[in-house]
Amino acid sequence: MTTAALAGLGRVLRRRGLAMMLATLCVALLAGLTAPGSHAEYGDVVINNFSDKAEMRPVVFPHWFHRVRFRCKVCHADLGFKFQAGGNEINMLKIIDGEYCGACHNGEIAWSIENCDLCHSGKPGTPTQVHESTLQKLLTPVNK
Amino acid sequence: MRAGRSRHRRAAAAVWLVAAMASTGGAGAREWRPLDDDGVHDPAAPGLQYLQKPSEALSVLPPDTAGNRVNWVEALRQGIIKPRTNVFPETKVNLLDLDVIFPETSEMPMVRFPHLVHTEWLDCANCHDHLFKKKIGANPVNMFKILEGEYCGRCHGAVAFPLTECKRCHSVPRNDLIR
Repeated sequence: MTTAALAGLGRVLRRRGLAMMLATLCVALLAGLTAPGSHAEYGDVVINNFSDKAEMRPVVFPHWFHRVRFRCKVCHADLGFKFQAGGNEINMLKIIDGEYCGACHNGEIAWSIENCDLCHSGKPGTPTQVHESTLQKLLTPVNK
Repeated sequence: MRAGRSRHRRAAAAVWLVAAMASTGGAGAREWRPLDDDGVHDPAAPGLQYLQKPSEALSVLPPDTAGNRVNWVEALRQGIIKPRTNVFPETKVNLLDLDVIFPETSEMPMVRFPHLVHTEWLDCANCHDHLFKKKIGANPVNMFKILEGEYCGRCHGAVAFPLTECKRCHSVPRNDLIR
């Protein structure tokens, strides 16, 4: 009886839809159980393209802080930031040159780049990604 | 075609499940994690003490139940926040008041896309034409692609309100348009 039941369950689980829903439910339950735990603010982007290797803390970019002060288009149209965490090949040379973050973080619009610790404030080893995204909540939390 | 529809249903069901779970855990007062306990900042980082706390900035803005717990659109429209439109003087602001209905949404209510609220934040070039062609029916949008970060999912589910807020987009009952 057990073998037949397991085989039946296996067949059902192989159907992608149900497996996806079960996985989702498990993740959601897990998330529910650990709800009071640490979580980043929605839209926080960690950029760790070069930081770990350079023995700097990774950068935490808070979208919430910036959208109080700037519309999306300022960075994503005028400054050329792609809608892709880590996809912009930002480095300190470009920033010093006034590109990307450096268009504002120049001591005129926002504080200038010698304040390394204000951006480089992430936990070492944190992967480059948008935190708290819907997709992240749907998938197995591999990086937790 | 049939397979495509059932894929849609499964995607919608998965999102709905997460939405249901999130809503049961997320009821109550608005709370924001302190930076030194948010899982991404290093509590030992010397710069942390100088950074603005999310609770300080966000608690004074119009409330919402998802994402940052802030209704950003209302915050802008009520003038509570005044985000700059440009850093370069030559940048133009292009507003467009045009709603687009996406009718192919299976059993879900149809999607209404309001250009106006989007153009208050974004420039035309942010979506056109690399994400969306400027032609009705020319964009094969579905929830799988959106969940993978394509189309609406480039922002919604990452920065703009999450994909668990189904009814904010699926807001037009099918009968309303037929009448």
